[in-house]
Order: sequence, then structure tokens, then C-alpha cells
Amino acid sequence: MVGAKTEGQQATVAPAIELRGISKAFGPVQANKDISISVQPGTIHGIIGENGAGKSTLMSILYGFYKADEGQIFIHGKETQIPDSQAAIRAGIGMVFQHFKLVENFSVLENVILGVEDGAMLRPSLAKARKSLKALADEYELHVDPEALIENLGVGSQQRVEILKALYREADILILDEPTGVLTPAEADHLFRILNGLRDQGKTIILITHKLREIMEITNTVSVMRRGEMTATVKTKDTNPEELAELMVGRKVLLRVDKVPAQPGEKVLDIKDLHMVDDHGVERLKGINLNVRAGEILGIAGVSGNGQSELMEVLGGYASATGEIRVNGDPIDLTGKYSDGRSRRERGIAHVPEDRQEHGLIMNFPAWQNVAFGYHHSEEYQKNALLMDNKKMVEIAQDKMDRFDVRPPLPGLAAKNFSGGNQQKIVVAREIERNPDLLLVGQPTRGVDIGAIEFIHKQIIGLRDQGKAVLLVSVELEEILSLSDRIAVMFDGHIMGEHLPDQTDERELGLLMAGVTGEGDR
Amino acid sequence: MDFLTIIQIADSALRLATPLLFACLAGLFSERAGIFDIGLEGKILASAFMSAAIAFVTGSVWLGLLCGVFASISFSAVHGMASITFRGNQLISGVALNFLASGITVLAAQAWFGQGGRTPPLMGGGRFLPIELPFALGKSDAEAAGVPLRILIEQANPIQQVYSEFISGHTVLVYVALLMVPLSWFVLFRTRFGLRLRAVGENPAAVDTAGVSVIKLRYAAMLIAGILCGLSGVYLATGLGAGFIKEMSAGRGYIALAALIFAKWRPVTALGATFLFGLLEAIANRYQNIDLGGIVIPVQFMQALPYILTVVILAGFVGSSVAPKAGGQPYVKER
Repeated sequence: MVGAKTEGQQATVAPAIELRGISKAFGPVQANKDISISVQPGTIHGIIGENGAGKSTLMSILYGFYKADEGQIFIHGKETQIPDSQAAIRAGIGMVFQHFKLVENFSVLENVILGVEDGAMLRPSLAKARKSLKALADEYELHVDPEALIENLGVGSQQRVEILKALYREADILILDEPTGVLTPAEADHLFRILNGLRDQGKTIILITHKLREIMEITNTVSVMRRGEMTATVKTKDTNPEELAELMVGRKVLLRVDKVPAQPGEKVLDIKDLHMVDDHGVERLKGINLNVRAGEILGIAGVSGNGQSELMEVLGGYASATGEIRVNGDPIDLTGKYSDGRSRRERGIAHVPEDRQEHGLIMNFPAWQNVAFGYHHSEEYQKNALLMDNKKMVEIAQDKMDRFDVRPPLPGLAAKNFSGGNQQKIVVAREIERNPDLLLVGQPTRGVDIGAIEFIHKQIIGLRDQGKAVLLVSVELEEILSLSDRIAVMFDGHIMGEHLPDQTDERELGLLMAGVTGEGDR
Repeated sequence: MDFLTIIQIADSALRLATPLLFACLAGLFSERAGIFDIGLEGKILASAFMSAAIAFVTGSVWLGLLCGVFASISFSAVHGMASITFRGNQLISGVALNFLASGITVLAAQAWFGQGGRTPPLMGGGRFLPIELPFALGKSDAEAAGVPLRILIEQANPIQQVYSEFISGHTVLVYVALLMVPLSWFVLFRTRFGLRLRAVGENPAAVDTAGVSVIKLRYAAMLIAGILCGLSGVYLATGLGAGFIKEMSAGRGYIALAALIFAKWRPVTALGATFLFGLLEAIANRYQNIDLGGIVIPVQFMQALPYILTVVILAGFVGSSVAPKAGGQPYVKER
């Protein structure tokens, strides 16, 4: 495609960025080991690797956040020192962080000019920025209302502001760190159109991601990082997802989930006309009807913020609602004394929450306590009527961590010191091992690296094969499609429709997720 | 209550609001930059003592002002070091500075002047004297007319009364304080420095990634807070009062903080909020027991009113007042 056009010129032009022998250690941890990479101008260069592979560290060095212990940086063929962000900006490098660096109660314009104002007074700078933002918007499909406050903008628009910030600083090298993590499929497509446009204008783009699909879709070249080292750099058209996954993880990885057909049994979960109003008086669930049978996985797809989280909160016992929910035929308490999480657990509902750091773990507490939480009342953890059996708790945690391959397998380590994938394994180990009738799983692989994803998916399917019911909520359509036996799409507090995974595709689900009905097949 | 009485209360309120206004604007700059400044109280006290002591010794109020402001800036610098450079807890640092100021001023005053922890009363050039604006009725007019000034003002027309009583006759620092309100607004909302300062109080990472030094900005804010708070103390000791008395700040630093929250961290509303507190104090000073149709409000209640209002405001009865988001948190660089 576009890649082919630029390749012929590569030999004559100096690389936009060339890193030679970059190393960086944080104490005993070698985050980057002797990394060399060369990025051709006018291309999109993907950097892929698991969490903790050192991608972000490398980019932080390039943006002047960290100083490399060793190595040289060449920008357009010239050796450049980048001691701070100011120097990076001067060298024409712009960075779009995973967590946006925007001032929320400032306008788009104010955010754009921050740090590059033209003089001591604001008005002339704002006027100038207003003009150039309009030009940039027309050129690259980067439309954002310049006067809008950031806090009133959606995530996709906020990201566009970050890109505008970089372009306003006349960056010709743009680094994007996991840019699609927070976007809907449609927003991600929009972003890719913008990136393609930027590349066609001669900008150089570095895309950091752990999503193979994005790499295949948009990059010209891809570099793979594993454990701080650059393991390979290949042309995207000469590789395939399986090869990249293997390079990332260092062993063969199953990208497709292997599973036998489901054998649904009795209804375990039966939801009838469920309504829920949040603290701000907004109705978030508007009459949900759903059921999940024993031995099947029901996947709920949808753009985040359409009521999936609220549904999980109601089921998990930390939000009240009206309507009827039956588990194994008996109704559960939705508002009263037995509507709390502990009562839910006693009814055989286990819950892997969407936000594991907020609701699944206590980050400052050690793993062995986190493994017990929620079930710490249970018999096996008590020494006598008064005291808990800490020694036994540690033993149980150690056993679970070994079997669930939590790394490092240290029960005494605080939850916050584990990587995202290993934190999730701790939560999954706790919930699945209780042998629940119904497992609620929210975003099981958000921020989880590819090796751990495979493991967690296997666990969920294993539970299904034991004849348990699983309710899965995920914003990753791919995950929904590969795991679910049945798919329901949520939009604006409604269930838009149900589909079987082998009779639908991303396009059809995507339309339902956007609230479009009337395809004629319902 | 006649018109002239209202004017006189307002006049007194303005004078009493001035130290609060300086301190409130000091807190405004500090907190807008993301540094909680509970140490306003200590800075006022340190500055009040220093200015009174130097003014007494040298006989020059301007030298007193300079040294008072310097004392306040020193306290600000310590707070800055603790909370910016060493990333300490800003509340603890502020409280510690308050204790330090409370103790060291009395100790130094006792060692220096031996009058029980106070400075001797300031005379003549050791104080800021009221400025009589042109065309306002003053002593010379009274002499010319051969009647006491009080009578002369009573007989004047309302406009002249407002002008002579309320607008004219304050020390220079009162006018400076009033001038600081639009100036602060302009600096914060119309200049590059203000934009960056506000940004650093909301999201320092945004400022850092834009290539601007978070540390320099926050120290600059502390410097401004030091100067403004210093003026508050100077006015207290050499304008409103005539010398330093033990604990003379009397919680004004805390009241200024309450006013700051009440004012939602904005300069113009800060003027309104501090004037309200000044007004309460002025009313309490003027009337002993207020008789409201049979119910007598004791003076003690009136005197306590500014403090009660402070508690009410701080307890959050003023509705949604959103503080700068990064307030109180030291900035640590992260990827």
C-alpha cells in the first residue's frame, strides 16, 4: 500500500530516528539492553512487546523523561542529546501518552499552547493557535472544538487534542503509546485514518502497542521487544501475527482460542426487566432481560459506558437496582440486607471485576491477603473463633500462585508490585477456585500481556467445561467473538440483540454497538 | 442606623479585610500552583513581628516593610523546599511553620525588647499613616471651618461622606491590596505565566511534558505567596496596629484560607469573601450587645462569628467548590 511507495527512497534518506546501543537500568532491573533501531522517515514503525518488555522506557528516553545509561540518539542523521522534554520538542519529537497529559479544566486551545506560548500575554497566542488548529483540522481530519473544555470531551477527542499538541509544536516524528487502549473500534479506525494521513504528509510515526492486529493493519515496519531487548525488526508485509506473537513471548502462542462446542444446561442466571439508576439520577440500565445457562459463556459486547459496568456492579452486589434476578431459580436480594457482595458470593456468584485495581485488589496489601479477600470468612482461613490462620493463608496463596503461574510466586509481595497480567491471575485464581455456579468476568484481559491472556482464557473455558455459567463483559470484540457461546450487545442501557458468534462478524456487532438496528435480521 | 454609620462600618470592614485579602491572594497563588499553604498564619505572624521590630529600631516603616516581607519569603522558601524539593507533606510543613512562627516571634521580641513578647508601640515614621485623597474632608478642612472633623463630615453630602470616610483615609497598603485583585486576575488569566501556573496546579505532568519546569513554577508561586503574605503581616503591625503583639495574627491565616475556598480560588470573589469576614469583625467591634427585638446577641457571639463562619465554610457548606486537582501532591515524574 502506502508502504511500497516510500520504500524506494529509503536508501538515500537518513533515518528519522536512529538509536544505537541504548541501555537503561533501574536498580537491578535492566529495562533496555543494547537497543539499536532505525526508523525511516515517512513510515509508520510499530514497536510491539508484552507489558514490561521495555517499550515505554525506550520511548521515555527518546522523549527526555529518562536519561539512557549508554547509547546514542540520532535524529535525521545528526547525533542529538535529549536531556529533557524541551529538547525532544526542539528535535521535532511529539509524544501521545497512554494516559493523556491534558489539563482537564482548560480549553483545547489552552492545552495546545501550554509551553509554546508566543509571548507573555495569552491573547495573541490563543488567536494564532485558533487559526493553525483550524488548518490542521482540515488537513488531517483532526476536528475538535478549540473552545471546548477537555473534561467535556470524549476520549477519542482528547487523544486528537494530544496529536494536535504535537503537530502545533511542529513535530515531524510522532510517538503514540498504546493509543487504541481506550478507544472504540470506530474511534480506532478514525485514528488510523489520521495516522495514514500524517504519514502521507511525510511525518514519521512510531506506534507502540501490544495488539497484533493494529501492527498488521497500519505499520510499514515492526520491531519486537522482549525483556528489554530488541529481538527482531521486520517488514510488516513479510510477517504474520503468529510469528510476531512467538517473537514477543519467546514461545509458540495460540491466538485462536481452542474450545469444544458448549453443552448448555439449566438456566443459572435469569435477569428480568432490570432497571438501575445511578447516583446522579441517570438511568443506566433500562430493562435488561438476559439469561446464562450452565456450561455456556455469554459475552456482552458494547462500547464502554453503555451499562455493562453497571450490570456487573448490580450482579456483584455493589449497586442496587429494581427488577428480578434469579440464580439457580431463586431470586436474589437487589436492594436489601442481602444485596451485598458477601451474600452474592454465598449464592455461588464469583466476580472478576472490570477494574481489578479498584475493586479486585487492595494494591498495598500482600498477595496472600488478596488471595483470601472476599472469602476470608471461610472455614479454612480461621485458626479459632477469634484469630485467622495467617500461616495457612500464606500456604494456600502459595499453592494458588504456583498453579496459576503468578510471577514472581511470592505471596508476601504487595499486589501493586505485580504486572497487570499477574495481578489478574491473582484475582482469577481467587474467584475460580471457589468453584462458583456463576462467574462474572469483566474485561479479563485489559492491560494483560499476550501470554497471560492465553492462560486466563483457558481458565474461563475450563470453568465452562465443568458446567458452570460465565457472564463475560469485554470491550474487545475479538475476545468476545472467540470466547463466547452466545453474544449480547449492549447500547445505552438496552440489550440490542443476541447473536451466535459463528453467525455474526465484527461489522454487524459494531453496528449494534453503535445503536444501529433494523438490519432486518431481528 | 443612619447612612453615615453604615459608611463607617464599611470603612472599618475594608481596613480589617485588607490583611485577609493579602493572605487570601497569597494562598490563591500558592494553591493554584498545587501547593497547600496552611502556613499563611505563620507567615503573617513572622512578617508582622519583623516589620514592627525593624520599623521601631530604624524608625522607617519602609525598612520594616522590606524586612517583614523578607521574613515571610523565608518561611515560604522553607515550605517550598519541604513540599517541592523534598516532596514532603504540605500540611505538616505548614503546621510546623505556624508553630515555629508563633514561638519564635515571642521569643525574639522578649529577647530584643524585654516587654513581654511584644515590640514597643510604633510612632511617627514607624507606621503607615492614612493617606488623605484630594478633595476629601480632612483635618485642614476642619481647622479652616472651625468645627471638629466629625461634625464637618456629618454635614457633608452622601457622596462626599462615602469619599471621605470609605474611600479616602486609608494607608497605602489598603490601596495596594485592592490593586492586587485585578492584578492577580490579570496575571492568572491573561498571561503565559498564569496559564502555566494554573496548569501546574491541575496537572503538573501536562506542564512537564510540554517542556516547562514544574519546580521553577511552583517556587515562583511560593515567592509570590511569600510577598503577599508578608504585606499582610506588615499591614497588621504597622498599618492596622501600632506594633507587634503576641499572636496578633489571631487566626487570620486560617480565615484567609476559608475565604479562599469560599471564593472558589478566584481573585475577584476573594475580595468579596474577605470583605465579608472584615464586615463581621467590624460589626463586632462597633456594637457591644446587639438587640434584635428582645433577643440580645452577646458581643462574644459576634466576635466569634468570623471563626464560626470559617468552620462552616471549611465543613463544606458552600456548595461545590472544586480545588485545583493536583493540590497537596508533590510532583513525581512518571512515564
